[in-house]
Amino acid sequence: MMRPYTPKDNVQAKSYYTDRFWVAPRVPEEPVPAEGVYAEDLEAVKAKHEVLKAYIQRGQLVIHINPEDNLEVLRILKEQRWYEMLSEMSAVDFLAERGGFEVFYQILNLNTAKRVRVKCFVNENQAVESVNPLYRSADWAEREMWDLMGVKVNNHPYLKRLIMPDDWEGHPLRKTYPLEGDEFAQWYEVDKIFGKEARDIIGPENRDPARVDRYDTERFARLGHEVPRGAPAEDEKETPVQYQEEEGVFMIEKLSADRSKVLDRRK
Amino acid sequence: MAQHQVNYTQSGGLPVALTTVDKILNWGRSNSIWALTYGLACCAIEMMASGASRYDFDRFGTIFRASPRQADLMIVAGTLTKKHAEFIRRLYDQMTEPKWVISMGSCANTGGMFNTYATVQGVDRVIPVDLYLPGCAPRPETLQYAVMLLQQKIRRESANKSQKPKRLV
Repeated sequence: MMRPYTPKDNVQAKSYYTDRFWVAPRVPEEPVPAEGVYAEDLEAVKAKHEVLKAYIQRGQLVIHINPEDNLEVLRILKEQRWYEMLSEMSAVDFLAERGGFEVFYQILNLNTAKRVRVKCFVNENQAVESVNPLYRSADWAEREMWDLMGVKVNNHPYLKRLIMPDDWEGHPLRKTYPLEGDEFAQWYEVDKIFGKEARDIIGPENRDPARVDRYDTERFARLGHEVPRGAPAEDEKETPVQYQEEEGVFMIEKLSADRSKVLDRRK
Repeated sequence: MAQHQVNYTQSGGLPVALTTVDKILNWGRSNSIWALTYGLACCAIEMMASGASRYDFDRFGTIFRASPRQADLMIVAGTLTKKHAEFIRRLYDQMTEPKWVISMGSCANTGGMFNTYATVQGVDRVIPVDLYLPGCAPRPETLQYAVMLLQQKIRRESANKSQKPKRLV
């Protein structure tokens, strides 16, 4: 599957400005053809379970099902229709729009090279059944889904945070999670290493990495005009960059410029 | 022995040098700064380049050690995540005094471009830092210069000072 080609001529000279309220066009949804592999797949699922919606998107079958059926639908697709590989699964945050998450399973049939996407919608505190017994690749994917989105998974063999530390609070990939972290995240390393009482001493994080204050000699040094730490910045006088002390170093020979050799071409 | 005849009275005098305890101790310290390999991200590539033959840290006496017990210097090269913060503190505590820290690159200095929930905004929130290197990533020459500056700093210190451990808190 390739992305549609857009001409890239002169793209460097164009303005970076894009409309932030621009809404990307939806990928068109086509009806499932009456016959073919996907029709048979859909029939196999429909025979046992309710299918809320089914369509073809970019040449791949998408099936919307009820979240309670996820394990059984995938079992049918794996054992009867030979979709043996779970290439990806995760959840999409729709908390603001619909109050829940859309969990998707992208599966692949290695014989026909066909892909099917099975989707189900869960509410915020609703759990999905683990598909780990069918697909071993779901093990870490479900742990990651729990870690970053907070979608609970029932009957998972080892549901523990995968990416964030074990004692982390919150699920950072939710759209409501602030990018710079909530209070817990901002003080995490200080609380953990030094304890909460050290917060006043260490102070809050500086979230402006470009901040430079030349009069703050506790934190900043002006290159070539350094003063001792904490001394007033007015005392600065020019201190040229020197690679060795003026008076030389004990037992170390100082390099003199006239004895150095500059190569005029590369060997 | 007879091949290289040494005339002590003429060339350079007697093989005796007079110095102070401070100078000889600091000479030893500043010329054998063993660094802990602490590559966390892409700055580690530059740190490795500084150690390899073209830039050659060995001529400064800086040899990378894989154990904090044998290291004097911690070069924090890369992004420090919050998950890793407790381990950098533990490894720093395991290094023997005297010890120094170089914070290499923007990420270690201030968090750099990772203005996110998962990155420590400056490694000096966790361990005390002696030298900050700007750059993303700093070139090997910058790291060499930092080691030379650290050598100057060590030579300026009194060697027999009471070994007051550095504490952030």
